Amino acid sequence: MSIITVTLVILVAFLAGMEGILDEFQFHQPIIACTLIGLATGHMAEGLFLGGTLQLIALGWMNIGAAVAPDAALASIAAAILVTMKGASVSEGIALAIPLAVAGQVLTIFVRSITVGLAHGADKKAREGSFRGVEMFHMIALCLQGIRIVIPAAIILAVPATAVTTGLAAIPDWVTGGLAVAGGFIVAVGYAMVINMMATPKLWPFFFLGFALAAVSELNLIAMGLIGVVLALVYLQLAPEFNGGNNNGGNNNSSGGDPLDDILNDY
Amino acid sequence: MAEQNNSYKLTKKDRLSVFWRSQFLQASWNYERMQNVGWAYAMIPALKKLYTTKEDRAEALKRHLEFFNTHPYLASPILGVTLTLEEEKAAGAEIDNAAIQGVKIGMMGPLAGVGDPIFWGTIRPVLGAFAASMALSGNIMGPIIFFLAWNLIRMGFLWNTQELGYRQGSNITQNLGGGVMQKITQGASILGMFIMGVLVPRWTTMNFPTVVSKVVFDPAKNAQDADKIVDFTSLISGANQGKLETSQIREVAAQIQQGRSISGEQVTTLGDIFNQLIPGLMPLLLTFLCIYLLRKKVSPIVIIFGLFVVGILGYVLGIFA
Repeated sequence: MSIITVTLVILVAFLAGMEGILDEFQFHQPIIACTLIGLATGHMAEGLFLGGTLQLIALGWMNIGAAVAPDAALASIAAAILVTMKGASVSEGIALAIPLAVAGQVLTIFVRSITVGLAHGADKKAREGSFRGVEMFHMIALCLQGIRIVIPAAIILAVPATAVTTGLAAIPDWVTGGLAVAGGFIVAVGYAMVINMMATPKLWPFFFLGFALAAVSELNLIAMGLIGVVLALVYLQLAPEFNGGNNNGGNNNSSGGDPLDDILNDY
Repeated sequence: MAEQNNSYKLTKKDRLSVFWRSQFLQASWNYERMQNVGWAYAMIPALKKLYTTKEDRAEALKRHLEFFNTHPYLASPILGVTLTLEEEKAAGAEIDNAAIQGVKIGMMGPLAGVGDPIFWGTIRPVLGAFAASMALSGNIMGPIIFFLAWNLIRMGFLWNTQELGYRQGSNITQNLGGGVMQKITQGASILGMFIMGVLVPRWTTMNFPTVVSKVVFDPAKNAQDADKIVDFTSLISGANQGKLETSQIREVAAQIQQGRSISGEQVTTLGDIFNQLIPGLMPLLLTFLCIYLLRKKVSPIVIIFGLFVVGILGYVLGIFA
């Protein structure tokens, strides 16, 4: 492995680590992180495939409030390095990604706790009226989150490929076979997390409609998306809770119609 | 009317700078005051413009280092409103710290509740699933589309809602209460639940190879069995005598299309029986089991490990393949 490859991999790890906390550009999502590692190492096909599979598992991973989701950043980066540089197979990478996601969760909590101290540093700078001081503490915290992924990634990079492959070869067939089988249906947990957050009695019929259509028809995801959007629009037009507002007059403006339209018209 | 002073008016450039910095809102997320430093960081370009003395700046920074936490994207409308309030305060209006803090706290709770189902619950899973399916077929457009579409939607949303908040000022709380947010949330949830229903049978793989029944067709014993297996005899005799004709091959192909048995036996696995009821039944039941466990406060990671154990046991016992 060349210096350039290592530098690029470390850079991607740093970006993914920062995004693990920012959650804005999505460099920590498996589909992005694994593909970038694949590009950096010249094994794009493996990275792409690993990223796609891990992405399905991670669909429901989200940071809500103060809760920390399993760490997609460490799982993606570490698994991608193992698969593209250390000779692990894609299914081995997926199996290893899950314990790595838990380890990353612990690291995230650790950095979030250290950051309490940095916030106090920012307070001190604020009392002096120093904008630069506050900015500095903010950026140190961000870099710590990046380093949280860079250090484990560097350790994995340092382990020789032969050690990884002999280690993986020592795993018996029943483990790898079983993990590959479980990889097929582990995505159900991700679906369950998303559904659990959104489900209300009113929404369940839409779930079953989607299920039945997908099970018995060959429609692709774009067609399904269109059907879903149409259903949502029709529902919003017909639902009594959004149409009862006409008789109370009151605060709506002269058009008397849909406030969404008013906002759109304002643009 | 108060005297207008241009130094108390934020330009588009100032607001763009706040918008750019708002993307780093969570960089110093901490367990004590959560997004507080990120919030102050985003406000700095405006505070720098509005306040010039050291005392005013210290005061403003302290005001914005109070506890803050919301959905990272829904902080934008709150930023917009706060910018207007700070503008008015700097120009001399009677706005105290508690009023600004009140607006921030009053908006962050309800808006977080809107952002979670729309961004984390609908747009990202739908885009992610779509991109993953492209990636799994080896198409590099999967991650590219995911990255571009997500960031276009996100940045468009951040900038437009920040501007909306800035223009509307403190009126925004009443406007957002007018059912618009409820409508958007409801529409997004419908789409999200529908797509989840689509994904469950499509992208979950569960194979049950256990043989439930095996019927052997033997025309020598049962004359009707001859109609159930593909008749290769004419093909073989034709080929061996060098007189194979296309019509014979067509005949064999037609028999295969009719669903006749090629091997002379019919095997029904457990998986076939499940699929006859409705394809995707077992993934659906598994998803429901996971939802049940999540509602019983079982951690997702525990469930994932549990499923790995189930997968290994099932593989060893031959229930799964």
